[in-house]
Amino acid sequence: MSIALTLGQTALELGLICSLTVLALFLSYSMLNVCDLSTDGCFTLGAAVGAVVAISGHPYLSIFAAMAAGMCSGFITALLQTRMGIDSLLAGIIVNTGLYSVNIAIMGGSSLLNMNKTETVFTKMKSLLKGVSLTDYSILFVSLIAVTLIVVFLTAFLNTRLGKAIRATGNNPDMVKSSSIDPAFTTTVGLCVSNAFTGLSGCLLAQSQKSVDINIGTGMLTVALASLLIGGAVLGKGSILLRAVGVVLGAIIFRLVYTIALRFHMPAFMLKLVSSIIVILAISIPYLKKQWPTIKRYMDAKRLKKTEEKDA
Amino acid sequence: MLNIVNISKTFHPGTVNEKKAISNLSLHLKPGDFATVIGSNGAGKSTLFNAICGDFLTDSGVIELGGKDISLQPQHVRARQIGRLYQDPMRGSAPGMTIEENLALAAGTGGWLSHMTSKDRKKFREQLSRLEIGLEDRMTNPVGLLSGGQRQALTLLMATINPPKLLLLDEHTAALDPATAQKVLKITNEIVSENRITTLMVTHNMQNALDMGNRTIMMDDGRIVYDVEGKERENLSVENLMERFKINAGKKLDNDRILLSVEN
Repeated sequence: MSIALTLGQTALELGLICSLTVLALFLSYSMLNVCDLSTDGCFTLGAAVGAVVAISGHPYLSIFAAMAAGMCSGFITALLQTRMGIDSLLAGIIVNTGLYSVNIAIMGGSSLLNMNKTETVFTKMKSLLKGVSLTDYSILFVSLIAVTLIVVFLTAFLNTRLGKAIRATGNNPDMVKSSSIDPAFTTTVGLCVSNAFTGLSGCLLAQSQKSVDINIGTGMLTVALASLLIGGAVLGKGSILLRAVGVVLGAIIFRLVYTIALRFHMPAFMLKLVSSIIVILAISIPYLKKQWPTIKRYMDAKRLKKTEEKDA
Repeated sequence: MLNIVNISKTFHPGTVNEKKAISNLSLHLKPGDFATVIGSNGAGKSTLFNAICGDFLTDSGVIELGGKDISLQPQHVRARQIGRLYQDPMRGSAPGMTIEENLALAAGTGGWLSHMTSKDRKKFREQLSRLEIGLEDRMTNPVGLLSGGQRQALTLLMATINPPKLLLLDEHTAALDPATAQKVLKITNEIVSENRITTLMVTHNMQNALDMGNRTIMMDDGRIVYDVEGKERENLSVENLMERFKINAGKKLDNDRILLSVEN
């Protein structure tokens, strides 16, 4: 029983931390309608910057440094697609590739950094909780606080005039232009904010597992996309706040299901294949559903022809 | 108010697809002018609107609005002074956002980080109710749920919520059924005359072209071939207008939609 509980708690912690990346995609993919392929690299960037700053003795500053680094990465992705004529998918891939070198450079040329003895926000929380003997929940508390703050911020942000303009940019760019708003500006702001979330997410994951390696972000985009689509299925309609909460739930559900699958002896390396399949299914099922009448008619006609041939 | 001097635009210059869309066109609109624009297919009506709005820069010539040269301003900057409606009712509003959110974006009051206030909502409600199509009770519905006519009326309100210096209507009722089109035209007339907005309206309905506004402009082959206002216009009939086109453009009017609407 206690093993199940511990596993559940780990899943919850991971889900909460990764839900920050899912919230980033909620902003860029669902609202701005840009598929930001630099997510993997940006996640690692946040982890690397956060680790380096924390190791140099600034646990609180590391959080903001990681967010600022993510913001810079988002700014460059946006710059490439809005001002330099590079297709948005390509811009993400280019930045992602470039970030690999940048991340190794940030980690001082090594692909692995250890934070076993480093003071992080999690160890700070642990010592804070010592008095009430809740030390086991330090990761949970920190991630819960971070997610709450980000959800509140994101909801408030998307309801400001700027936030509305960002949503309209994804919805109908023509209308944004005729409302005298520059879509290049809204895209830039949107990508900066969303990548700041991704950076924060990477920073918290690295600090919670006390190490960062260069592959920490690999596949993060697909995992987050799977969570986003699950969240959309759970709470896809309604106010922005409701949808944002749904997104967080999606991330937690994804991790819980994954943990359960692990208990049933699914090998750990299957995580990425499973998330790929979830993304494929979630996007293709609505499409196939729409195509179904056509496919059915085609098959009926074929069957009819066959029986006619038989009769003849 | 609007002063266009000798603008020209050639698409795909130097290729087999070279098309002179506007050639040496000049047009002057006085403040409060409401001019209707008619012309054959490919006469350059929409291209003229695109040039005024800054979808592309003209090859030569000057466009002035309110005494200021806007020839080189980017599209979103010009949009502060120009309201525009397209033929496609889906183009002017964001379907995934609510009616009040669309209006708030169009109104653009407050800073970037400001939220919609109850005062804003009250103002939107009041203006929506003047359209008399019941939108004031559906302000938190997504715009995607509205019909084409409702969406076009909403877009009209969005374009004029801060009265622009110039309003461009590009066959904005062509995609609507006749009854709805009449209603949207009536709303157009009310809003334009009330705010005395300088307006250009492309239409394929010759009767509307004569009934609405105070001036009618006929375009062909990227030029203005006939420009009429005042007494002379009052005495014009649709047949006269067709006749004038034949004389001035040297050919028969070949806008299929115009011809269809005349036969009816």
